[in-house]
Amino acid sequence: MKKLTLPLTDEQINGLKAGESVLLTGTMITGRDAAHKRLFELAEKGEALPVNIDGETIYYVGPAPAKPGYAVGPAGPTSSYRMDKYAPKLLDMGLKAMIGKGRRNDDVKKAIVHNHAVYFAAIGGAAALIAKSIKKTEPICYEDLGTESIRMYYVEDFPCVVAIDSEGNDVYER
Amino acid sequence: METRIIKANEITETVKKLFMDCNYFIGEDIMNALKTARDNEESDTAKSVLSQIIENDEIAAAEEIPMCQDTGMAVLFIEYGDKVVVDGDFEEAVQQGVREAYDEGYLRKSVVSDPVFDRINTKDNTPAIIHTKIVSGNTIKITAGGKGFGSENMSAIKMLTPSYGVEGVKQFILDTVKSAGPNPCPPIVVGVGIGGTFERAAQLAKKATFRSIDTYNPDERYAELEKELLEAINKMGFGPAGLGGKTCALGVNIETSPTHIAGMPVAVNICCHAARHKSAKI
Repeated sequence: MKKLTLPLTDEQINGLKAGESVLLTGTMITGRDAAHKRLFELAEKGEALPVNIDGETIYYVGPAPAKPGYAVGPAGPTSSYRMDKYAPKLLDMGLKAMIGKGRRNDDVKKAIVHNHAVYFAAIGGAAALIAKSIKKTEPICYEDLGTESIRMYYVEDFPCVVAIDSEGNDVYER
Repeated sequence: METRIIKANEITETVKKLFMDCNYFIGEDIMNALKTARDNEESDTAKSVLSQIIENDEIAAAEEIPMCQDTGMAVLFIEYGDKVVVDGDFEEAVQQGVREAYDEGYLRKSVVSDPVFDRINTKDNTPAIIHTKIVSGNTIKITAGGKGFGSENMSAIKMLTPSYGVEGVKQFILDTVKSAGPNPCPPIVVGVGIGGTFERAAQLAKKATFRSIDTYNPDERYAELEKELLEAINKMGFGPAGLGGKTCALGVNIETSPTHIAGMPVAVNICCHAARHKSAKI
């Protein structure tokens, strides 16, 4: 299986084809519905974001609480389409990769191609298994959002599939 | 039959255990279906996805951690015997059980106070959705499940009318599953409620997702429909995780109710492969 290190380079993104399984190692940020809404509203107003998204990979996740002794609680992907309203703007601002599950709309696909980015799908409902690849987490911002806060995840061999590649090929189109 | 007194605390403890257990331990019906599906799949991707889901569910059970981070909105179907007197506040005892399970069980708190404006997390996953039915007897039967919203959001209801017939019912169910596609974490369990009123159909659809998938509707005509729909859904090709394959659904459960001469409501409640439900009798 192809192994990739984060942050992704343009060359790495070039080589990814929809349907391909990959293992990611490095740091990513997390964020889902409520955090996206806040980031988007700041971006619309032209204000600075409380997290650097340039070149970053974002994981759409709201983990369960970690049991003592665990780096993170179960942390599988959430449905990505709910972030479709916000994703093109973030991609235009430099976001390079998104990890979630399920279909994206045409605006997101266009923004992926335009910005030479990539969308990965992790297996929905495989939260306990995926959490094994998350070694360390740190808060970044929006801690008031609880499970929806933005955090840094350090992952090793995080399993996912290329769902939409930088040419716009979509694994869900069949 | 004599009146029986049940302590509120016993209800709380039972509810707490049900929510913790249902989030840690997948039902045998689902595990068996996942393994059969893995063996039936031909593509490496589909086999691999199912193997990972099986491994995930085994980790969750062994470590007593939730199988999915979305530990759901708490839903309960309660059959309350009319000869039971609860020593305390029944509704509060149930909510307290949910509170303790989500807090002490390391389950995610996913409920917001107001749906449109505030959307502030209630921080204890209450209020739970409680469906209570008064039945004859001196016991309380509780069926509890955590319902994730990735799949809940893909559900639909339609007020079909009689002339649609069984073909119309099939069409609506298949259209709903098709439009959900890869989003609700396939392989899914499809709960269908047919008949009653608008809200009864929806409630039956939820109840159907709480029925084991190794059981069939007792009416042979609906049992046949369950099998036929499962086959048609699996031919759609979405496959495990929506990445292609022969397994889009593990089961289709249909529940029905008498309805009005002018109506034939159909509700489709979609549930992910983490189809969590456990029952207990007090």
